[in-house]
Amino acid sequence: MSLLTAERIKLFSTRSPWWCGLAAVVLPIGFTALLVGQANGGLEVGVTTTQATANLGRSVVMVLAALAVTTEYRFSTIRSTFQATPNRIAALLAKTAVVAALAGVLGELVAFGSWGVSRLLKPSADLALDSADDWRSVAGEGLVFALAAVLALGVGILVRQTAGAVALLLVYSLLVENLIQLIPTAGEDIHRWMPFVAADQFIGVGQRIPDPAFGPWGYLVYFAGISLVVLAAALVTANRRDA
Amino acid sequence: MIEAVGLTKRYGKTLAVDNLSFTVPTGRVTGFLGPNGAGKSTTMRMILGLDTPSGGSALIDGKRYRDLHQPLRTVGALLDAKWVHPNRSARAHLAWMAKSNRLPAKRVDEVLDIVGLSAVAGKRAGGFSLGMSQRLGIAAALLGDPQVLLFDEPVNGLDPEGILWIRKFMHRLADEGRTVFVSSHLLSEMALTAQELVVIGRGKLISQSSTEDFVSQATENTVRVRSPQLGALRTALGRTGVSIRDEGESLIVSGMDCADIGELAAQTGTVLHELSPQRGSLEEAFMQLTGDSVEYHTEIAEGQVPATLVPAGK
Ligand SMILES: Nc1ncnc2c1ncn2[C@@H]1O[C@H](COP(=O)(O)OP(=O)(O)OP(=O)(O)O)[C@@H](O)[C@H]1O
Ligand SMILES: [Mg+2]
Repeated sequence: MSLLTAERIKLFSTRSPWWCGLAAVVLPIGFTALLVGQANGGLEVGVTTTQATANLGRSVVMVLAALAVTTEYRFSTIRSTFQATPNRIAALLAKTAVVAALAGVLGELVAFGSWGVSRLLKPSADLALDSADDWRSVAGEGLVFALAAVLALGVGILVRQTAGAVALLLVYSLLVENLIQLIPTAGEDIHRWMPFVAADQFIGVGQRIPDPAFGPWGYLVYFAGISLVVLAAALVTANRRDA
Repeated sequence: MIEAVGLTKRYGKTLAVDNLSFTVPTGRVTGFLGPNGAGKSTTMRMILGLDTPSGGSALIDGKRYRDLHQPLRTVGALLDAKWVHPNRSARAHLAWMAKSNRLPAKRVDEVLDIVGLSAVAGKRAGGFSLGMSQRLGIAAALLGDPQVLLFDEPVNGLDPEGILWIRKFMHRLADEGRTVFVSSHLLSEMALTAQELVVIGRGKLISQSSTEDFVSQATENTVRVRSPQLGALRTALGRTGVSIRDEGESLIVSGMDCADIGELAAQTGTVLHELSPQRGSLEEAFMQLTGDSVEYHTEIAEGQVPATLVPAGK
């Protein structure tokens, strides 16, 4: 418990998480407003449409999560962290828990904010959350954001440099997963197993995979599995190498 | 008590610390002396479990650091004053550390008070001067009221007032019965601060002894004698077999102390105008001892050494 409090103090006592958090919420809600506001006969606005730009927030949250640990390496406070808590796994798990919790909250703010603003702008559209699938598409963002943060934190621990970790995360999630489809013949088959593609299947946005391997919740478990494997690799590495 | 046994650290091809064994006793200030690149910081990181030794071990009261429960209560350390997030306030920096070891929040204000940073506790640490950062680092080291304290070059870059403050502070900590281990590459500074000395060069132990012993062993003790009857005195001294050297109008005698020279002069009826013990320069001695083990040699003119100093603990 005390480790969680220590990490919470650390996270909120610098400015970057506040700015990242604000950007993570405002950007997707703003773009949702633009998207929904301009939609006319051509685009039918449904519940999943309101989540179409949430991935923008997810990217910013990943930056926030990576920064939470790369700045510790940058300023060597990671050494103070490990000095105060020589059980490095415990220290890093506490950080992961705090960052993931914040990411989850931001995810819900993005999801319900985007949904709310859509309802305001298009009162005529059928945006009521009247099925389990509707709820999954909106409230599920919190889970996706939290798991994406876990993945980003793992990458941050492994890479240690802010620029490297952020570039890797953004280029990978925003470009590589899509471009991989360009690989002749195998491209599509690889693409369908990509982690962020899986996250999108869970929410119900982005490209639909033909003959999906899992149902939406299965895809969430798959995404969670990948995030946890990356985190585990990061923890083992951090425990072994010199701080 | 800190104990290093066969401590070794290899970074690729560099052997930073080489089979180093020493003990740091309780209730004293122990200096950890060595030229730049000798492996002092590396040794301290290994003591704190930050770097894993390639061989050997470092024990604190018989335990490895990584086995300590809430280690800030046992060991406090300041390895680098810059290890703070520049945008975090001094108080927040101490607050998270205190929390992680379940130390009461009021302890943060106590240590800020001890180091005299209460007035700037809410300011960002990035805006601190070197002296203030150093004090913040010391405050962090004191958080858990630990029995063992490690400081890596705490006076580096400080002004004389800051240096004096730190020196007095270390003495106070040792007087309270704590184990204080402080590194430096300046023997002159350590002579004033430390009662015990662990001296290393190129990762190897050169000596472990009291500062006084180190200084007297390392420096040649001589006596300067001036007399209007220098010739007669030289003859009398020559018969005892001590070594004598002329220096201007006086003799430099080594191997005989002032009292014996004075008695000899009285016996031979020689008038003395001066009879004074001379201490060799500490830095000279240090360079002699570590000369072969300095990693980055520079051209230093002989005799360009600071004034004589008296060891601490006297
Ligand atoms: N992380 C590292 N990776 C590679 N080499 C290292 C590392 N840390 C230290 N070294 C090397 O180990 C040797 C000892 O360095 P260390 O910093 O411990 O010396 P020091 O006694 O603290 O020196 P100084 O008085 O300059 O602080 C040096 O040759 C240094 O280059
Ligand atoms: Mg050093």
